[in-house]
Amino acid sequence: MKTIKYIFAGILFGIIMTKAEVISWYRIQEMFRFQSFHMYGIIGSAVALGMLATFLIKRFRLRSIQGQPIAFNDKKKSIPRYLIGGVLFGLGWAMTGACPGPLYVLIGHGFGVILVVLASALLGTYVYGLFRNKLPH
Amino acid sequence: MLELIKQPWAWYIAGPLLALVAIALLFFGKSFGVSATLRTTCAALGAGKKTSFFHYNWKADRWNILFVIGAIVGGMIASQFLMHPTVSVSPDTVQDLQKMGVQDVSGLAPADLFGWQALFSLKGMVVLVLGGFLIGFGARYAGGCTSGHAISGLSNLQLPSLIAVIGFFVGGLLMTHYLLPLILQL
Repeated sequence: MKTIKYIFAGILFGIIMTKAEVISWYRIQEMFRFQSFHMYGIIGSAVALGMLATFLIKRFRLRSIQGQPIAFNDKKKSIPRYLIGGVLFGLGWAMTGACPGPLYVLIGHGFGVILVVLASALLGTYVYGLFRNKLPH
Repeated sequence: MLELIKQPWAWYIAGPLLALVAIALLFFGKSFGVSATLRTTCAALGAGKKTSFFHYNWKADRWNILFVIGAIVGGMIASQFLMHPTVSVSPDTVQDLQKMGVQDVSGLAPADLFGWQALFSLKGMVVLVLGGFLIGFGARYAGGCTSGHAISGLSNLQLPSLIAVIGFFVGGLLMTHYLLPLILQL
């Protein structure tokens, strides 16, 4: 149970991403063309419920199933890192029609060539690690 | 019930369910974010020997590898048993894509861009290889992706996450409206 719960959460995630068509390249194109409310509705309602849950967890100091207080890590304040990194990520997101989550789900759907995208994403992460100290943060 | 599952799910079903996955992870003592798996994988493959960024206790993050293995299995289950025939994408989008030269608007993605044969075309190479690279590089540079920033970060009212999400959209709009039409002509 210690590890299998993460696999179950992932399975649920994969099914939701499929049934909501979030893993479709067309849906991402549609979102960036503002031609449907679908993606905005999904992200918006997920964030609204997430905000409520985060508020309640903090308000009532709820604990995890391991009995530890649930902690939220505040992000470090900076603009260049989030803006430049964000724009680069957005370029890749609209190109492939997938962010990291859907990449894994698409592999499960039998899109073998997505393994190439994933390998490229690993390389991109590695190259970021190599040049991290030289980039504005 | 089965009929209901076989239909595409509306946003007001999918969004809250997605939040439940993120909330479940909080109660497991973790934080929802998928792009971290890329860093964990680099570290597990031994990148820490060369670069300090990957030299950390990645074994503490092994849970996120299990999560994405689950996501792959979830995709398999959904494609085998829960799939609906077509993506109900807006007719305006279909029209725009056809103007850009994407004629076959079927399945989850155009086959000529997301099949193995795409690797033998310049536009396919650019989309798959450069696109993947930008996802990995950009997500780590920005400190997270759609799940980590747009869902977890915004839920926790983090200003950096809002900046990152604005960045995601600036990049996405640039690509969709200006660059992708050029790439598809390659």
